[in-house]
Amino acid sequence: MLAALRCVIARDLRLAARRSSDVLTVVLFFVIVVSLFPLGIGPEPQLLRTVAPGVLWVAALLASMLALGRVFAADHADGTLEQMMLGATPLGLVVAAKIFAHWLVSGLPLVLISPVLALQFDVPRELLGVVVLSFALGTPVLSLIGAIGAALTLGLRGAGALLSLLVLPLYVPVLIIGAGAAEAAASGLGGNAQLLLLGALLIFAGAFAPWAAAVALRISVE
Amino acid sequence: MSINWFKYSSPQTFFPLAGKLALGFGTLALVACAVGLYLGFFVAPTDAQQGESYRIIFIHVPAAWMSMFLYVVMAFWAGMGLAFNTRLSGMMASAIAPTGALFTFIALWTGSFWGKPTWGTWWVWDARLTSELILLFLYFGFMALQAAIDDPRRADKAGAVLALVGVVNVPIIYFSVKWWNTLHQGASVNLTKAPSMAATMLAGMLIMAFGFWFYSIAAVLLRARCIMLERERASDWAAQYARTAA
Amino acid sequence: MNWGSLDNFLAMGGYGLYVWGSYAVTFALIVTELVLLVLRKRNAVGRIR
Repeated sequence: MLAALRCVIARDLRLAARRSSDVLTVVLFFVIVVSLFPLGIGPEPQLLRTVAPGVLWVAALLASMLALGRVFAADHADGTLEQMMLGATPLGLVVAAKIFAHWLVSGLPLVLISPVLALQFDVPRELLGVVVLSFALGTPVLSLIGAIGAALTLGLRGAGALLSLLVLPLYVPVLIIGAGAAEAAASGLGGNAQLLLLGALLIFAGAFAPWAAAVALRISVE
Repeated sequence: MSINWFKYSSPQTFFPLAGKLALGFGTLALVACAVGLYLGFFVAPTDAQQGESYRIIFIHVPAAWMSMFLYVVMAFWAGMGLAFNTRLSGMMASAIAPTGALFTFIALWTGSFWGKPTWGTWWVWDARLTSELILLFLYFGFMALQAAIDDPRRADKAGAVLALVGVVNVPIIYFSVKWWNTLHQGASVNLTKAPSMAATMLAGMLIMAFGFWFYSIAAVLLRARCIMLERERASDWAAQYARTAA
Repeated sequence: MNWGSLDNFLAMGGYGLYVWGSYAVTFALIVTELVLLVLRKRNAVGRIR
């Protein structure tokens, strides 16, 4: 069974590599959105330092939303998804594997770029670690929750906008806790509480989201 | 005598029952609201700190309670429909959503109108109002998802998954927003509970809560009847009803 | 609570806009909901016929 999951992940990664523009578009979107904020609110360094965690996180939420359309849509279009549903491996595990591959391609780049963008906002060196860690723990949660939305809206017209409406309210706790980690660290309280909470959210989402997404997939594909 | 627990689980039998219940609860709602408003405006005294503006509480708090209660009930029926594959449960969940969204909006509007004279701004980002706002988005998401799916069975089940995911998230959202609010205490004002309410204020508020509850039941049942007529329009009982209806 | 006069009642101690703004909108929304339901039912019955 592990071999089957490894197969799913490898396949998704290979497909993403062939269409690498998709991946790069999401990362570029993240960078551009982050860069837009100073243009909107002014370049004053103290202000930017204060809003940096929030801005980075909102941009990450939006970039995640963009990427979600690709989790199941391509496989649904060419029939592979139905084959996966008929296969021997439990659908929940297959979905978990797909979400993991999706995160590697859409979430991990955001984690890696976040310190660079944080420096653009003059975030102090000591806080960069907290920012990266919060992203590392939070972006998988975004992928996991987002996958449920993607499964529910599979094949619907206007799926993109509808997906945003469904998923963004569910993203709010991740946003609050993720941004709160860096802010707490900045104010001297330390971001440990938030990071631990993010870890808890990750475990909770990791346990339940693939199963919920699998249920949603069965509903959508009947 | 054995009780048939499932007598009313088909649209055909539930339809007339829903009509009678709606009428009954609607009447009760009118009575309760009349009593509650009388207590609220003619018995309850002026508040020492907030003057007369506090009288918004007789709508604001009951509406907020209903908005949260209806979401849970909606999730319950959605879950029932998903678990037991019953059509009527899904119809109930769909019937509840617009009324729930309505009360959420009323809670937000009255909260805003209460906040303006009390704290000077039309909106405060305190934990409860912010959570209400997100709850409104959750309701809209549910309705939008169901509207986007043509097949009613798929719409019911998809909505059910969304509602259940939502109901699990509502406590998480509430606590994270509450935490966010306390951390940023300096920026926003804490929406105080109306400080130690006079007994008449509390009574008025509770009776209004019952009034809103009865109204919700009536409105939801009326909407459920509409949904039954729409979905079951090919059936005999619906045709018969259409013939004999006024 | 003795308001003394209708004017006092409407003024709500200076907070009339907020109190009646809230109650009016609430009342309007509930009436709207009920009207929409009546229309919806009429529509549904019409479609069956």
